[in-house]
Amino acid sequence: MTTTLPPPEPKHPSSSTRTYYVVHETSYTYEHPVGVSRQIVHLAPRPLPWQTCRSHTLHVTPQPEILAEREDAFGNPISSLYIESEHSSLVVRSSFWVDVRARDYPADDATPPWEEVRARLAYRAGRPPQPEDLEAARFLFESSRVRNKRELAAWTGACFSPGAPLLVGVRALMNRIREEFTFDPKATTVSTPVMEVFERRRGVCQDFAHLMLSCLRSIGLAARYVSGYILTHPPPGRPRLIGADASHAWVSVYCPGYGWVDADPTNGVFPSLEHVTLGWGRDYDDVIPLRGVLLGGGEHELEIAVTVVPIEEYESVFGTPPPVP
Amino acid sequence: MPEDFLSSYAPPPGRYDEMVDASHEPRPHWRAFLAHLSGLSVETMRQKVEFVHDAIASDGVSYNVYADPKGASRPWELDLLPLILPADEWREISAAVAQRARLLDAILRDLYGEQRLLAEGLLPPALVFGQRAFLWPAIGATRPDQVAMHVYAADLARSPDGRWWILADRTGGPSGAGYALQNRMTISRALSDPFRELPVEPLAPFFSALQDSLYRMSPANGETPLAVLLTPGPYNETYFEHSFLARYLGFPLVEGQDLIVRGDAVYMKTLRGLRRVHAILRRLDGDYCDPVELRADSALGIPGLLHVIRAGNVLVANALGSAVLETGALTGFYPAISRRLFDEDLRIPSIATWWCGEEPALEYAIAHLDELVIKPAYPTIRMEPIFGHTLDAAGRERLVERMRAQPHAYVAQEWVRLSHAPTWGRDTDRPLARAASLRVFAVATPNGYAVLPGGLTRVAPHEGGDVVSMQWGGSSKDTWILSDGPVTRIPLRRPRLGVADVAQSAVDIPSRVGENLFWMGRYAERCEAVARLLRAALLRVVDAEPADRPALAALAWVSDRLEILPERGDERERRKEKRIPPLPSEVDTGWFLAAAVDPSVTGGLVANVMRLHACSNHVRERMSTDNWHVFHRLLRKLPGKDASLGAALEALDEVMLACVSLAGFAMDDMTRDESWQFLPLGRRLERLAHLARVAACVLELPPTERNASLEWLLEAANSIVTFRARYRRAPELLPVLHLVVLDESNPHAVAFQLRDLAVSLVRVGAELGSPGHGTEGHYFAFGEELGALIAKLRTLPLAGFEPESGDALEEACKNLAGLLDQAERIAFRISDELHRRYFTHAGMPAPVGIDPK
Repeated sequence: MTTTLPPPEPKHPSSSTRTYYVVHETSYTYEHPVGVSRQIVHLAPRPLPWQTCRSHTLHVTPQPEILAEREDAFGNPISSLYIESEHSSLVVRSSFWVDVRARDYPADDATPPWEEVRARLAYRAGRPPQPEDLEAARFLFESSRVRNKRELAAWTGACFSPGAPLLVGVRALMNRIREEFTFDPKATTVSTPVMEVFERRRGVCQDFAHLMLSCLRSIGLAARYVSGYILTHPPPGRPRLIGADASHAWVSVYCPGYGWVDADPTNGVFPSLEHVTLGWGRDYDDVIPLRGVLLGGGEHELEIAVTVVPIEEYESVFGTPPPVP
Repeated sequence: MPEDFLSSYAPPPGRYDEMVDASHEPRPHWRAFLAHLSGLSVETMRQKVEFVHDAIASDGVSYNVYADPKGASRPWELDLLPLILPADEWREISAAVAQRARLLDAILRDLYGEQRLLAEGLLPPALVFGQRAFLWPAIGATRPDQVAMHVYAADLARSPDGRWWILADRTGGPSGAGYALQNRMTISRALSDPFRELPVEPLAPFFSALQDSLYRMSPANGETPLAVLLTPGPYNETYFEHSFLARYLGFPLVEGQDLIVRGDAVYMKTLRGLRRVHAILRRLDGDYCDPVELRADSALGIPGLLHVIRAGNVLVANALGSAVLETGALTGFYPAISRRLFDEDLRIPSIATWWCGEEPALEYAIAHLDELVIKPAYPTIRMEPIFGHTLDAAGRERLVERMRAQPHAYVAQEWVRLSHAPTWGRDTDRPLARAASLRVFAVATPNGYAVLPGGLTRVAPHEGGDVVSMQWGGSSKDTWILSDGPVTRIPLRRPRLGVADVAQSAVDIPSRVGENLFWMGRYAERCEAVARLLRAALLRVVDAEPADRPALAALAWVSDRLEILPERGDERERRKEKRIPPLPSEVDTGWFLAAAVDPSVTGGLVANVMRLHACSNHVRERMSTDNWHVFHRLLRKLPGKDASLGAALEALDEVMLACVSLAGFAMDDMTRDESWQFLPLGRRLERLAHLARVAACVLELPPTERNASLEWLLEAANSIVTFRARYRRAPELLPVLHLVVLDESNPHAVAFQLRDLAVSLVRVGAELGSPGHGTEGHYFAFGEELGALIAKLRTLPLAGFEPESGDALEEACKNLAGLLDQAERIAFRISDELHRRYFTHAGMPAPVGIDPK
């Protein structure tokens, strides 16, 4: 399946726009043959004011009987695929060209006091909410991986002093997580509960995103989970390697008057030119890159290879010039 | 007796009584009923109570108390005396329930569609987006003009002033209508005289309406619609009702694994192939229904169901996500929504309810705790209602603390002092007043909601209790609505033996039944075979004859090849890589003992008996009591993990005996419908694979061990008696091989299995067809292969096996072992193919709009 927009124009990295080529390949090898497989795929970049997808290709082996695109309940582009022929491996390869433009974040001090934001989101019977507030309310409550806890509210309180502008608090919370938590891929699994991450002070980007969401929602703010990629920087003098990247996750906070502000607690930054967005939901479960059910298969081996390449490095990584007509 | 009846009845003060008014006079609509009771002695009443009790036992009406996997089910509690309501009062209730059903349906369609009510501020987002029962993937899955709530139930109660209130809404997939029907069948027989003479409204039309509207609303596109009832399975608390309703409505009762999505449609797996399903009446919670998009850990659901719903190819009743309206927290918002959507006031209001998630409501609830009942805000939270007035100071404090910690999780409801109704006390021989509540059902029809004239009345178990719940030990009542016009008597029990029913049941045997029977056959055979092999080994261990050493080494080697012995050392790796183990130089006799008694040995006896047990459990209704009894005896006789050699040998004998009698029951005692043949087929395939493997292994042994193995081979193949009778001498290679491999008259010989399989497969193919492939094709390929193998065995040159044939002997052994290998492989291939074709239906093209009849 391919969607095509005008081809990317190779250009030098500018301060306001960057162009990336992203490949995300997931390969399953099964112990026994699989008869039927049905999967939901969240691997296409969501169109955004600061992000344009120039072309996206989803290549599935074996060839699915049904491959359909639609939007999920949160407006993310998804594909659903259905394979009925017997197979002993499944490869889902998503690749796309995307332009990312710099975002104008409001000055932290210029954002409304956080209590005001919380009050806006509280329900008052019979008064129609502002549409953007109602949209935000989707991301205000507990969800399967996000907890609302008084313990977390108390911990978060240190970052949100009374009357503090929203983004001052958000930045403080983001930095606190970055400083007090250790990035440790061995500490957690995909199913580690957020409260365990909180206690053990370690985890990966997904854990930190869920923790930050839990903190924000626990004090009555609306925040969503963002799934995507981040540009990595190879050690100086070393080449960029194919397949050496990974999925990334961060959060987005509702900031009335501005919209949504992204914050990456793993890296302590408000994302801009180096983050590529796939989509968002209440938590990871809403935007799992590839989830599904199959018949047969037994045990499986899984390999995931992600490559994020700026267009100007394309040739040095892949050995051919970027495919420009 | 009416005077006695009335005078001995003592309703509590301050409550409305359903039967008598404030001056203890019977209400008008009870008079005719009481007049009937007047002629009855206490003895007769006792008999009637016994009749009810016996009827429930013999119909097997039961209610599982919270899904106890051991199958703890409690008999359904049913009181002899019905609750009686007059026509005028019922009209009001009925209109109010229909009105509310229409309102809730509209709210559901809105929440899963446009979400206008949220946008207008008529519902708080917390009670929608904050609920687990709100299923995001279901948004937009059904068209907005389609009914979302096909079946609805309201729990009603009457306050002391005689007014009715709605206590709770059941919108997910309400239970109870089947029990109401069962209650009517029982009480109309127990109290046949008054039932016949009073104008009691019939229940049957409601169920026809349910049937009819599911058929009519389903996307059948001209096909004969097939509707099924989807149950979570036998451990669900209302499983009895599922199977009862399914039978009554004529819908096959299915579990998630009986259905499969292929392409854009959902099918039922039957032994005759896939049958397109057009409507699913579900009793499975919405979030369990599709592991692809909803709860990924659900093993009960149907992968891809939401995809089919979105494609408009199946009706699911109620729509997925409809349980979101079960929370009492929402009810306070309904009057305004009703006015907004329909410009109507609610005919019967909800009991005053405060959702503690709003701060003023929380403070009110805490201040007025004595007058309130505290309940969970979301039905997913299991919690018994707490009556504020029953708490002491400490209990109160604890509750307030909990409420303040998680205010959104609680609702406070006005405490309704429930009306009382007479129940017949079994031990006291007089009527006792008990708190009662009424569950009323509505079904969506093309002309709006139709309300069941009657319902499930539930009464509190104790005097003064206000909790009426079957889960908490309550009882139930039949509910008689008296008509003020003529009533038509419609028989509730449909004729059971109609030709159509018989023909239908043959077509709709779910694949699951055949699959479980097939594996029951395989595991029974495997248990027996493992037991025989281990017995041969353990007997030699007991005898401890030095001459038996080569035989024991061979037994250990063969048992390892069959993965019966415990894994040792690098065994796991070896098995995974399918490397052949070396012949053991030293045999540890503990291996055989462990294989016989240790349940953690994967391929051992106990593990296999447990697998057999699991399969049998699923086809329990097909086994006679005697059959089941043998089974239980077997389980009881299983040796403990630390059993001695002697105890283990005894247990092995027991297992063999039990397996033999199970085989006997299977041949002689089980109904031979289309599914039955999979049981002997499973047995046959397992025996073929096992025998072929064992015999091939023996042939591969070095000469000393091979010759030492002939006797135990005869024992393992259950042919030692035949051999002795036939040859009257010690076993020698040629006659042993002939008897165990080539003899087509020996039911324990390889050749016998091959021939029998060839015949059985033709029969299965002819009877069940090969869906999607026409009726010929595949099985003939197996037929040819089997035939070729049989021919090769028949023409096998036997001279090489004669003693003193030297090198020719090794050649002959190798040759025969090769044929046996083929036999084993064909057994596994046939087993796989049977699965694909009849059980999993994987890799088979989905039929397009076919009706296999």
